[in-house]
Amino acid sequence: MPKDSGIGASTKRREDIRFLTGQGNYTDDINIAGQAHVYFLRSDIAHGTINSIDTSAAAAMPGVVRVFTGADFEGVGGIPCGWQVTDRHGEPMQEPAHPVIAQGKVRHVGEIVAAVVADSLSQARDAAEAIVLDITDLPAVVDMKAAVAEGATKVHDDLTSNLCYDWGFVEENKGAVDEAFANAAHVTTLELVNNRLVANPMEPRVAVGDYTRHNDESTLYTTSQNPHVIRLLMGAFVLGIPEHKLRVVAPDVGGGFGAKIFHYAEEAFCTFAAKACNRAVKWTSSRSEAFMSDAHGRDHVSKIELALDAENNFTALRTETYANMGAYLSTFAPSVPTWLHGTLMAGNYKTPLIYVNVKAVFTNTVPVDAYRGAGRPEATYQLERVVDKAARELGVDPVALRRQNFVTEFPYETPVAVAYDTGDYHATMDQLESMIDREGFAARRAASEANGKLRGLGVNCYIEACGIAPSNLVGQLGARAGLYESATVRVNATGGLVVMTGSHSHGQGHETSFPQVIAEMIGIDESMVEIVHGDTANTPMGMGTYGSRSIAVGGSAMVRAAEKIIAKTKKIAAHLMEASEADIELKDGAFSVAGTDKSVAWGDVCLAAYVPHNYPLEDIEPGLEETAFYDPANFTYPSGAYACEVEIDPETGKVTIESFAAADDFGNVINPMIVEGQVHGGLAQGIGQALLEACAYDENGQLLTGSYMDYAMPRADDLPNYQVDHSCVTPCTHNPLGVKGCGEAGAIGSPPAVINAVVDALQSGGHAVDHIDMPVSPSRVWSAMNS
Amino acid sequence: MYNFEFVQPGSVADAASAMAGEDAQALGGGQTLLPTMKQRLASPATLVSLTGIADMKGVSAADGVLTIGGATTHATVASEAAGSFPGLAGLASHIGDPAVRNRGTIGGSLANNDPAACYPAAALGTGATIVTNTREIAADDYFQGMFSTALDEGEIITSVRLPIPQASNYQKFVQPASRFALVGVFVAKYADGVRVAVTGASEEGVHRWTAAEEALSANFSASAIEGLSVAADGMINDLHGTGAYRAHLVGVMTKRAVAAAS
Repeated sequence: MPKDSGIGASTKRREDIRFLTGQGNYTDDINIAGQAHVYFLRSDIAHGTINSIDTSAAAAMPGVVRVFTGADFEGVGGIPCGWQVTDRHGEPMQEPAHPVIAQGKVRHVGEIVAAVVADSLSQARDAAEAIVLDITDLPAVVDMKAAVAEGATKVHDDLTSNLCYDWGFVEENKGAVDEAFANAAHVTTLELVNNRLVANPMEPRVAVGDYTRHNDESTLYTTSQNPHVIRLLMGAFVLGIPEHKLRVVAPDVGGGFGAKIFHYAEEAFCTFAAKACNRAVKWTSSRSEAFMSDAHGRDHVSKIELALDAENNFTALRTETYANMGAYLSTFAPSVPTWLHGTLMAGNYKTPLIYVNVKAVFTNTVPVDAYRGAGRPEATYQLERVVDKAARELGVDPVALRRQNFVTEFPYETPVAVAYDTGDYHATMDQLESMIDREGFAARRAASEANGKLRGLGVNCYIEACGIAPSNLVGQLGARAGLYESATVRVNATGGLVVMTGSHSHGQGHETSFPQVIAEMIGIDESMVEIVHGDTANTPMGMGTYGSRSIAVGGSAMVRAAEKIIAKTKKIAAHLMEASEADIELKDGAFSVAGTDKSVAWGDVCLAAYVPHNYPLEDIEPGLEETAFYDPANFTYPSGAYACEVEIDPETGKVTIESFAAADDFGNVINPMIVEGQVHGGLAQGIGQALLEACAYDENGQLLTGSYMDYAMPRADDLPNYQVDHSCVTPCTHNPLGVKGCGEAGAIGSPPAVINAVVDALQSGGHAVDHIDMPVSPSRVWSAMNS
Repeated sequence: MYNFEFVQPGSVADAASAMAGEDAQALGGGQTLLPTMKQRLASPATLVSLTGIADMKGVSAADGVLTIGGATTHATVASEAAGSFPGLAGLASHIGDPAVRNRGTIGGSLANNDPAACYPAAALGTGATIVTNTREIAADDYFQGMFSTALDEGEIITSVRLPIPQASNYQKFVQPASRFALVGVFVAKYADGVRVAVTGASEEGVHRWTAAEEALSANFSASAIEGLSVAADGMINDLHGTGAYRAHLVGVMTKRAVAAAS
């Protein structure tokens, strides 16, 4: 019988009451008395030299407070990059300056050229039209391979080339990998594109900078997944404001998907301008601005080769990837194609030798950084596509080929630097096969064919590394930050609790799921626990939410803090009942003494901590508040098996998703309903990538998909009723809850399932198509069938 | 959006005089114009709203002709033409989403003549008459290429008269992002012949497919146009489909419209 509260219960999301009734407090809802508005004049060309910017007419326009250009930021730091990758030759990556407002050159459409602060947004926009720009066009660098060709125009004149880094992983294994390929019985090769995406959270980015002169304090309200990270990056590296004079608040945030991790120029601008103008300054991104200023995702061009022996065992894997960085390095951009991608290349398989080469390239496009899954979808897509292709070339069942090569013994040390603690890949594949009626597929295909349609079935596996991550490991890998998480548990005098967490909820439902854990530990009602997050002024220094890390790292920190609370309350209870601390048991919200009928309620013990009349003051302090910082021993490794069935209309090339099944192993699950919601959302984004979404530039660096008129988002009627299952559970071995994380799985695991299914359908129709790039738009499918 | 004056006349005559003002712009449902103004790509001095003119609203059928007021919304056409002209009602019921259909008007759509809009295909495919405050214009003369029509400056579409066919259907293959027509084909069968109008596909905007009309007039069945093809030259070639693909879809959508015509 399903539980109705605590760990494992599908408690309804308490935050939905305010979200669904218009009572949320989003950044755009924050208005400071006397605030001014900023309008950013953005470059409409991809690459050019700024000869002059005449702001005199604009400055004299009605309502204008001040006009800013790059010159106003010459004494200010640039936007920092949080990760340094070391290349194949031991050299650090090339790292260009990243100004808040363009200085000397513009390098992508959408880059800020000037900013007008005025009493109203309309006045600011009017004045921006009066700014006279003299910019000389330069050739734009858009295609990655052309960007690194000899003689290419440089995006950054002070760098030696457009190559940010040429990374080899594991470089020492390269010779052995090449040798394994030379000795292979079969080699399957595949070239593919992982299409560039725009995150498109429902809420666009917003920043409100405020400043109080009497105490020289700055406050930034911003749409962020990690306010403490923004405070550190912006305070220490851009504006030179110490943390005690800078508060960053990320209130309700309407979706992030990675794009709200990074520190953006607009945040630094609003904070800087508020002080410069001695007035709050607000910016709300339009959707058009979001397309050209939010960090984009993916955009890899890869070649992958798989070597097999005569018995179809995988013997080696070799990849070469070009990864687009865009014009500047966004906060975590260098880590995505390397440490979040190369380390996942083993997938679910015991391939003994792997070599990954990644060339990160600067282009005159919007910076590219993490988007739901970040690197892991790119790895999974390559691997699961090449395995499928190998099965077709060898004429073996794609599921059987996968099963034959599964890792089955744990812990498992991969040849790409990570160690899987636990998993059961056969179990998730068994579960998947029980969900999809594979035996009935032939009949379903026949029915489709009778109807003039082609039908295909695609199956794949995935593994991801999440719960990011051990600080000492990521430090070795180039992170310029720690990746622990924090929580403070404050117990009030009558027993209610407030958890102040460094994790940040922007749709994940922490306000519901985190209390379930505390309620389970103490045996009290979930309603006695409140979650506070998103404000550096009242939460401990935490690293925020991304990489499916909230419950695995943030939840673990909360458990550690709660364990300290429970230990202390047991001491108090022992004192109150005059018993030995070792005999105290906490169950159902009451402390009892083992073997007796003595009992004292949770609330009475809490009250004693704050009214310590009868209290062991000689042993412990009054009060009940504990903080814990949790740094995990390893990543967590959720895994699963996915299947997609498609139908293709050969007359139009239109692909319809007929069914989609996902069997995931997330370890222990706190709230199944929320987990399933996370999987649904991830699948929508993964299927969206496979079927619809693509961010495109023309050869001049103009964004062709600058609105929803051309950027195709998945809609409800593009998607099937999913079958999702998370009943296969191999608990994580190294965190207290045995949890792994579920936020990104759907987006990681689903694109190859869709494409495997599309290729299967096309081949069933006699089309010699062994690969088709995403998105499989009707036009692209029809062209593939008719080329 | 720049500042503008807003007037909402109650009669066609008052609307016509308001339109005589400098930089006056007629406003139907605003589904194209208002987003364009928000982007500051249009800056009319005065918006003349036509939706307060009772004479320009409503759907009526008489003597084999469906007359639709220029300020009639797509939603109204979808419901009120369902009995008399199901092919047109079906078209109207699939324009945009419910919010668009409850604001957008047939007059606005025809005046704008977006090359991917649906209504131009129905107007051309039925040989409709575009009635304005000053004259009547045959559909064959009205559409003059992308976003271009026979309307004079300040001229207002007061109604549209569409001959009701014996059978008709509109098939739209949507562009995946906008869900406008990547290719849309309206087929209408009359006693004296068949008309086929194509939207979405051509760089020239909505146009008739005369070869298909001839074939279908002789034999109104999907098989009649087997073997006919449309040249890819002059077809729109963009992110969402090549010219060759659009040309191919014209044939597919025409066949489907014939098969579904009722």
